[in-house]
Amino acid sequence: MLKKWARSALMGLTLSALIGAILPVAGAVEITIACGAVGIESRLCREGTESWAAATGHRVRLIQSPNLSNNRLALFQQMLAAGSSDVDLFQIDVIWPGILATHLIDLNPYYGEEQRQAHWKTLIDNNTIGGELKAIPWFTDIGLLYYRSDLLDKYGLPVPETWSQLASAAMRVVDAEREAGRVRMTGFVFQARAYEGLTCNALEWIASYGGGQILSPGGAIDLHNPRAVSALNQVAGWIGTFVSKGVLTYDEEDARGVFQSGNAVFMRNWPYAWALAQADGSPVKGLVGVAPLPKGGIDGRHAGTLGGWGLAVSRYSKHPALAADLARHLTSEAEQIRRAIAGAFNPTRPAVYRNAAVLAAHPFMGSLSELMDNAVVRPSRIAGERYNQFSTIFWNAVHDILSGRAAAADSLAAAERRLRRLSRNGRW
Amino acid sequence: MWGIDPLMDSNSKPNVRRAVRVTAGAGLERWRVRTAWVFLAPTLAVLALVAGWPLLRTAMLAFTDAYLSRMAEARWVGLENFRWLLTDGDWWRSVQNTIVFTVASVSVQFVLGLGAALVLNVRFAGRGLLRAVVLIPWAIPTVVSARMWRWMYHDVYGVFNDLGLRSGLLAQPVAWLADDTTAMAAIVVADIWKATPFMALLLLAGLQAIPPGLYEAARVDGVGRLNAFVYITLPLLKPAILVALIFRTLDALRVFDLIYVMTSNAVSTASMSVYARQQLIDFQEMGYGSAVSLMIFFVIAVFVAAYVTAMRASLVEEG
Repeated sequence: MLKKWARSALMGLTLSALIGAILPVAGAVEITIACGAVGIESRLCREGTESWAAATGHRVRLIQSPNLSNNRLALFQQMLAAGSSDVDLFQIDVIWPGILATHLIDLNPYYGEEQRQAHWKTLIDNNTIGGELKAIPWFTDIGLLYYRSDLLDKYGLPVPETWSQLASAAMRVVDAEREAGRVRMTGFVFQARAYEGLTCNALEWIASYGGGQILSPGGAIDLHNPRAVSALNQVAGWIGTFVSKGVLTYDEEDARGVFQSGNAVFMRNWPYAWALAQADGSPVKGLVGVAPLPKGGIDGRHAGTLGGWGLAVSRYSKHPALAADLARHLTSEAEQIRRAIAGAFNPTRPAVYRNAAVLAAHPFMGSLSELMDNAVVRPSRIAGERYNQFSTIFWNAVHDILSGRAAAADSLAAAERRLRRLSRNGRW
Repeated sequence: MWGIDPLMDSNSKPNVRRAVRVTAGAGLERWRVRTAWVFLAPTLAVLALVAGWPLLRTAMLAFTDAYLSRMAEARWVGLENFRWLLTDGDWWRSVQNTIVFTVASVSVQFVLGLGAALVLNVRFAGRGLLRAVVLIPWAIPTVVSARMWRWMYHDVYGVFNDLGLRSGLLAQPVAWLADDTTAMAAIVVADIWKATPFMALLLLAGLQAIPPGLYEAARVDGVGRLNAFVYITLPLLKPAILVALIFRTLDALRVFDLIYVMTSNAVSTASMSVYARQQLIDFQEMGYGSAVSLMIFFVIAVFVAAYVTAMRASLVEEG
């Protein structure tokens, strides 16, 4: 018995000695990153980490995370709430810094003033909670208007500057096309399913009418105002006319499905839809244009909601400095140029939008640059960890208005009351 | 002869037991009980660990303001969570949605499932193959079939609108999942498609346990097919029917994936489980979410109690 025990102990020792011998140079550690898990996004992330590993001698492990952003957040929250040190570096959505703030380190000490200034101020501000930089911007997204250039040409219509121009153009085209036998033709598709996408869309409508961004920087709630009411009344009026009621169940991919199969005149979507609409095999290839989302009125403004992702270091990481260094490498100008060309990921650095190679690969990126300056930022920084509740109350109120269950004024007033209760009267 | 064997077997058991008790006395009986407990112990331990403890913990959390990222700071808040919950219109809407969904889907599944079971119980060529084929909807993961149905209901490229427009039944495309009433109906239809095979399978098992001799005897006595169904099949199928209904009802009351995929968190169709998930996962409200889970437990318990009472009554009736 004893002999057997001694023999296995000896074997264990030998094994560990062997493993020790083949371990790489002293000081090399492994950094774990959770970034996009599918397709080109995963490949670009891996290549980026490989070049950092080669330069520093450390190793990087990529872990899979769910593809749907809601599920990804839930998983990250569970890992972080458990204080797990398994993942050092997280790819986080622009609306998460406030939600996850307590679990993330301040990156300011690793990312100096000059480096921060190379990114859009909107993004750095968005990622700064209580003076601490919680994530380095990696790539960005903004709401855009896609239109069928062939149909607008056919009926001699200009690209709409205001929402009412969009409505009359859409109605004109839909009526004519339906009369010509294309009964499926619909005027405008967007995201009005009861989910975060509706919050993005509704914020754009309200902001374009000058109705504000719901929460002031101090946390005060301003949702039930005349401009917001008229903005949402206008959108509710579209539904059932040139906008199909089905839009109330659409997310990004539903909207793209309708638009790309040639059944819609206009679409609101993120920049990713461009490359797919122009891909070989797309029925609308070469027939699509991109423009800023329309203004509320002559005195309104173009407003696109800001989306995108950044890299954040876990407070429970055993190697925060190295993780921050990897984040710095992945968000560097060279990496962003590479990612912009290979995968059309929109850079977070204004300078990259002037890069000739990037513009040659994706001409439309040049026009995104000015839109970024006026982007609508969701109030996640203000609502903090209550952002999901905030957004749910808001999108439910809007969904009720669009589906005709409630009048805009009543629904917004009720939502405002619920937001006051949630935020303990604006203290968040 | 096959039908008679089990009867003989069950008759003989009590006699053996009585004989043992008489000869060996109380000591052996005690020993047997002890052995039974020893054999049951591992199962009970596992149950306590995987079912008892989580349930107890949920019950405890329901009275706190626990928040996922600050579990250590949870404070005791008494009945506060339940006060909020009982005054939340969205919660009561989800209870109503769940009950409407359950009653509508389970009753249709029962009628269709019984029909299918009766057909599959008849001898015909290819019956084995058909029995396997019917199970396909049940075998597809719900998330996949829900996504499939969502596409079929799509207002622009969905197959229902396509058929409706081509045949002239619809003047213009209908957004099935956008309207409150059609959305719930659409979800119920998808669930009927998915779970009817399961209902049929359970009922078929019940049908096969009915001794064929009874039907032969009935035929000899000149009983018609309808009467044979009403007076032989239904009474003997009752236990299987109750089991099938309990299974499906409990399943339907917990419905989550189908609704979540088809209409996500939309209040007008959200079930109790969708509401609970939103509180627990999206909002990280462990305390409040636990109170919700506990309430779901009670709602389901009411249904279970009703079924158990019905089952007992039917057993008493049979003597």
